[in-house]
Amino acid sequence: MKFVDEFRDPELIMKTAEEVRRLTDPQRQYRLMEVCGGHTHAIYRFGLKDVLPENIDLIHGPGCPVCVLPMGRIDDGLSIAAQPKVIFAAFGDMMRVPGAHGSPLEHKARGADVRIVYSPTDAIKLAKANPDKHVMFFAIGFETTAPSTALTLQRARAEGLQNFSVFCNHVTIIPAIRAILDSPDMRLDGFIGPGHCSTVIGCRPYEWIACDEGKPIVVCGFEPLDLLQSIVMLLRQLKKGEAKVENQYKRVVPWEGNRAALKAMNEVFQLRPYFEWRGLGFISQSALRIRDSYAQWDAERRFNIPGIRITDPKAAQCGEVLKGVLKPAQCKLFARECTPESPVGALMVSSEGSCAAFYNYEHRKPVTISDVNLAGVV
Amino acid sequence: MSVTKTMENFAAKIRFREPQIEMAHGAGGKASRRLVEGLFAPLLFGSNSGPLGDAAHIQINDTRIAMTTDSFVVKPLSFPGGSIGELAINGTVNDLAVSGARAEAIVVTFVLEAGLPTDILEAEVRAMGKAAQQADVVIAGGDTKVVEHGKADHMYVTTTGIGRLIPGVDIAASSVRPGDRVLLSGPIGDHGITILLARGELDLEAELRSDTRSVFPLVQAVVSAAGAGVRWMRDPTRGGVATSLNELARDCGYGIVLFEEKIPLRDTVRGACELLGLDPLHIANEGQFLAIVSAELADVALRAVREAPGGSEAEIIGEVREQPAGAVLVTTLYGGMRLVDMLVGDPLPRIC
Amino acid sequence: MCLAIPGKIVEISSDVTHSALVDVMGVRRRVDLGLLQEDRPKPGDWVLIHVGFAMSKISEEEALDQMHTLQMLGESEAVIEEVRGYGLEDVEEKRII
Repeated sequence: MKFVDEFRDPELIMKTAEEVRRLTDPQRQYRLMEVCGGHTHAIYRFGLKDVLPENIDLIHGPGCPVCVLPMGRIDDGLSIAAQPKVIFAAFGDMMRVPGAHGSPLEHKARGADVRIVYSPTDAIKLAKANPDKHVMFFAIGFETTAPSTALTLQRARAEGLQNFSVFCNHVTIIPAIRAILDSPDMRLDGFIGPGHCSTVIGCRPYEWIACDEGKPIVVCGFEPLDLLQSIVMLLRQLKKGEAKVENQYKRVVPWEGNRAALKAMNEVFQLRPYFEWRGLGFISQSALRIRDSYAQWDAERRFNIPGIRITDPKAAQCGEVLKGVLKPAQCKLFARECTPESPVGALMVSSEGSCAAFYNYEHRKPVTISDVNLAGVV
Repeated sequence: MSVTKTMENFAAKIRFREPQIEMAHGAGGKASRRLVEGLFAPLLFGSNSGPLGDAAHIQINDTRIAMTTDSFVVKPLSFPGGSIGELAINGTVNDLAVSGARAEAIVVTFVLEAGLPTDILEAEVRAMGKAAQQADVVIAGGDTKVVEHGKADHMYVTTTGIGRLIPGVDIAASSVRPGDRVLLSGPIGDHGITILLARGELDLEAELRSDTRSVFPLVQAVVSAAGAGVRWMRDPTRGGVATSLNELARDCGYGIVLFEEKIPLRDTVRGACELLGLDPLHIANEGQFLAIVSAELADVALRAVREAPGGSEAEIIGEVREQPAGAVLVTTLYGGMRLVDMLVGDPLPRIC
Repeated sequence: MCLAIPGKIVEISSDVTHSALVDVMGVRRRVDLGLLQEDRPKPGDWVLIHVGFAMSKISEEEALDQMHTLQMLGESEAVIEEVRGYGLEDVEEKRII
């Protein structure tokens, strides 16, 4: 697979891992945060922690749009789905996220019309194919996905589509990073920066992290070699006492971002004064709402939504895990009351949430490769 | 699984705590297992029954026969490479095959939705006849019920099959030992991805067909070549290879270590999985089987499968080891590892 | 938010100007080119696909450059060690990344 396989080459991976080892000072502990949930997923999927030295600690950041969505918002969306002749369309990621009365899939099992779509434009196709019903697209995602929703709304308006609306839960990445850095318990050395988000916003928005906070940040791709190379770049900066923004994912990320995408986002969305993030609390200017010019396609204005607020149980320590203060296994509920099958908190709900990823890929893993090679092999 | 008297069990307490049945209970993964082990097993199977396999082995006087049943619910009914008819026959033939038996006879039950066009029913029945002929199994009888419109997705089919155990085959999870090899008959994910694409919701197109077929000839090849060296077999249907091997790991108490680069996968299945964020190890197969074979006989078994028609893509994909006990680990050439668990519910595409 | 896959543009739609057929290992899907209006791709180009939209063109040149850099890892160290032996200054500045 072109542009994928080359970056999964085993020999090069081992070579780059060797360079990582060479660059680490055995007396020092390195704490690097990968912001994006996709990077968390990649780290676990490719088993990268197994090739990194022990003194590099990868902390999983808040860049998981499903994890940070408050449960109340899901219930709001599902309340619209409960109305007659409404089709609730969403990405697969949302389907098992529990609301107070079950997940979208569970609502489907009880008779609601819930559909999985791969693209917001598929939701428009559904609307056209079902003129007697209303299709509501439950939109989630950071700036990676928001432009696609924006373009979809532009198309819906251009075509005068009447039976379509969007329930907008798009959030922005910079305020989340700021919340992490503002946290008093935080001790991070550097950031593995969002890759696909940056194809839209470019690399400039991260400059304050280097200039004001003095932390290096490397915009990173999603293949094993991308992650390892970014770690090499971070370690080199740390060794030299530098803090700057670097772009490792050059084959895809333009430094200035994608102007057409930003333009579309600006035309359709505006920032909400504040928005609640599950695990992080209220953050100002951190989420998008649909502009008045598109009010007709804004599900929050088309329908009466209850505006439900559901707080997570106090025992769930999602906030601390999100900020990297606690490791998943240190939360009292981990693997007991809170599992991927019956998630209590935000980070167990999505497969790329720190707790779910750790549970699925690591939890019962042997400590070293040599454990796996134990007796019994002929 | 051996069947003992069930008379005394109907009063037993069940361990299944969930208040109602959900879709996940039929998906073939953890939730299904909870239902079977927690409700059906205590009430219906003997209290000493061992791990549940694909088929039951029953002793009638001097003869041991294998018996199995399966229901088929699929949407759409028809897809590239097959339809519900083929699945219904091959599925039961395969369950018998991987329990070490040659399917001899099948009975079929139809639950039909009122309003179902006759030509659709006819097409499925023809498909079943053809599949039975290809699998060399007799359709001995059946039953039909019709339910109101809306109470069945066009049709539900159940097949129950009996078969004769292949002499010399004695497979059980308890026979599995560290050092044994994991043999896979061919590329994975073809069926599940074909179905996903055929539903049309994701607007993807690919030249891909379901792999539905009888695996008995290949099973026979393995068994002829490796005899008592064949410890365990399973057909990885819903929940994929990952679910089947996790069940084995749990039942035998050892670990299964897979070599990622050895797992056969078609390009199109790989492309679809990458695009949708799916793991091929969780995708259903309808024409493949897994066998655990002793290390000494693994190469002989592999050669035998590869030489049999339809077996050319078989591979040894892993080994049984002491660790990680009870779990399945996928390893890469560069030393990265990940655990892969049973599937919960159906595999869902993701965008994150 | 992050799952995006490289795909090759097979054909640009003649009637819907913002749509293209993209191929990923033999799997094909219509993809929206609306985000690449300022840098329109053509058949044969590779794009990054996310939720049915092309997000960015993939630069083959940058990809090759990156591979080259990675292949030089370790080797550049050896070169630097050797050169350091000659007493030259600021060798670090000449590193490829």
